[in-house]
Amino acid sequence: MTSTAPVKVRIRGLRKRFSVKGRPIEALDGIDVDVEAGAFLCIVGPSGCGKTTLLRILAGLEEKTAGTIEVARDAAGKDARERPVNAMVFQEQSIFPWMTVRDNVAFGLKARGFSRRDRYAIVEPFIRRANLGGFEDALPHQLSGGMKQRVSITRAFANDPEMLLMDEPFAALDEQTKLILQAELLRIWEESRKTVLYVTHSIDEAIVLADRILVMTARPGRVKDVVDVASVFGRPRRVEAVKESAQYGELFGRVWGALREEVMGAQAAEAVS
Amino acid sequence: MRLRWGGERLLSVLSPVLLLALWELAARTNAIDTRFFPAPSDIFAAAVTLIRTGELWDNLSITLVRLAVGFLLGAVPGIVIGLAMGLFSPVRAILQPLVDGTFPIPKIAILPLFILIFGLGEESKYAIIAVAVVYLVLINTQAGVRNIDRIYLDVGKNYHATRWMMFTDVALPGAAPLILAGLRLGMGVALLVIVAAEFVGARSGVGYQIWTSWQVFQVDRMFVYLLVTAVIGFGTAVVMTFLERVLLPWKQP
Repeated sequence: MTSTAPVKVRIRGLRKRFSVKGRPIEALDGIDVDVEAGAFLCIVGPSGCGKTTLLRILAGLEEKTAGTIEVARDAAGKDARERPVNAMVFQEQSIFPWMTVRDNVAFGLKARGFSRRDRYAIVEPFIRRANLGGFEDALPHQLSGGMKQRVSITRAFANDPEMLLMDEPFAALDEQTKLILQAELLRIWEESRKTVLYVTHSIDEAIVLADRILVMTARPGRVKDVVDVASVFGRPRRVEAVKESAQYGELFGRVWGALREEVMGAQAAEAVS
Repeated sequence: MRLRWGGERLLSVLSPVLLLALWELAARTNAIDTRFFPAPSDIFAAAVTLIRTGELWDNLSITLVRLAVGFLLGAVPGIVIGLAMGLFSPVRAILQPLVDGTFPIPKIAILPLFILIFGLGEESKYAIIAVAVVYLVLINTQAGVRNIDRIYLDVGKNYHATRWMMFTDVALPGAAPLILAGLRLGMGVALLVIVAAEFVGARSGVGYQIWTSWQVFQVDRMFVYLLVTAVIGFGTAVVMTFLERVLLPWKQP
């Protein structure tokens, strides 16, 4: 790696075994990866390779079976109000339908014990920067799918975590909305430069967003390849510029080359079982 | 489109009016037995008399108080126990067999027991309504809590929401639509039970009046009180709809 940034997350020998109807299923089979502080890491892999499981383990929503995860904390204290280690953005609709946009975005701050006045003051600029100004008091059912995901992402940013975990946040959106939100995400992220682990099945999205792309094997998930994007496309980055460039095709070919046999293999395995 | 819709609305208003007119006509020409089906105008006259003497309001208010007290005595514990059963599996393990075992008993069948315990006073009426209501609210509340989308619990966990916040900000609002559905069902059953209970175990109230009207063969009075039960049913439905609109703004289309 050319980067000299300190390592934010060090994952070693991470394993996850599920039990499905009494039969053990290996979801993750020894993941080793370092993520530098402030890096945007995209994780791609065939369906069912355990990429979401990896994220959920980091988010504290699943237990790991074996291995170690070390996170270098920015500041360690005992105060509940301190910055949380991570915040997750989910693939499916995950904002609370019974809360206004403002209360949804402020949810993490409320959990950390901020008073109503404080947390509303804190979320205000986040809501404005996410182009949600004027919708503070709207309820989710009044919003489009794209705006709901904006709220979800803003909720994560407003909680100011040391690390963002994003699980295909744009997968359910139409292509145009996705392009706009990708650009917005880049803009907001470039202001804060948080460490991001971003799961996607879209190679295109991974190239547009990532500093590095981690390609996973079919189940059981292992690290197949790590593709460096940062040395090709710097920051700040424009979505259109990336897609128009010649190197885009090259990178796409490289990632797809690594992914292709895994996807084929996964499909063959599925056909047999 | 609008014109047709307006036309349909007109038809909806016309059909009951037409039925009443036919009924009136049939009664006046003695095409139907007026001992069983007095003319609407006679029923109306009876209603005016009952209102003027204050008898109607006395009985209505007695029944409404029984409904309200019994309903609250059933709904509040129903929500609390339902939430506890939905959230804590040991509570569920203890109470589920008791609920499953006693729920199938038709609630009105317990009335003699309650009269034995509480006497013929108001308490036995409150108790029978409360028992009828508590099951439906409890079962719906529990289902509401258990059917909350897992993703919302994941969000709560990932954001380190406290237990209390999980309850107030996630479980309770998430279960609210089904809790309100349970309250609506409970209200329907409460109405059924109070009328039946007043038939046999009361000296006042709308149900009692329906029953005695039959016994002394004052059919026009019976029809007036039947109308009153319809108004109570309609009124409670309006109240429930209002509650849903206020408490579940996020469920409105």
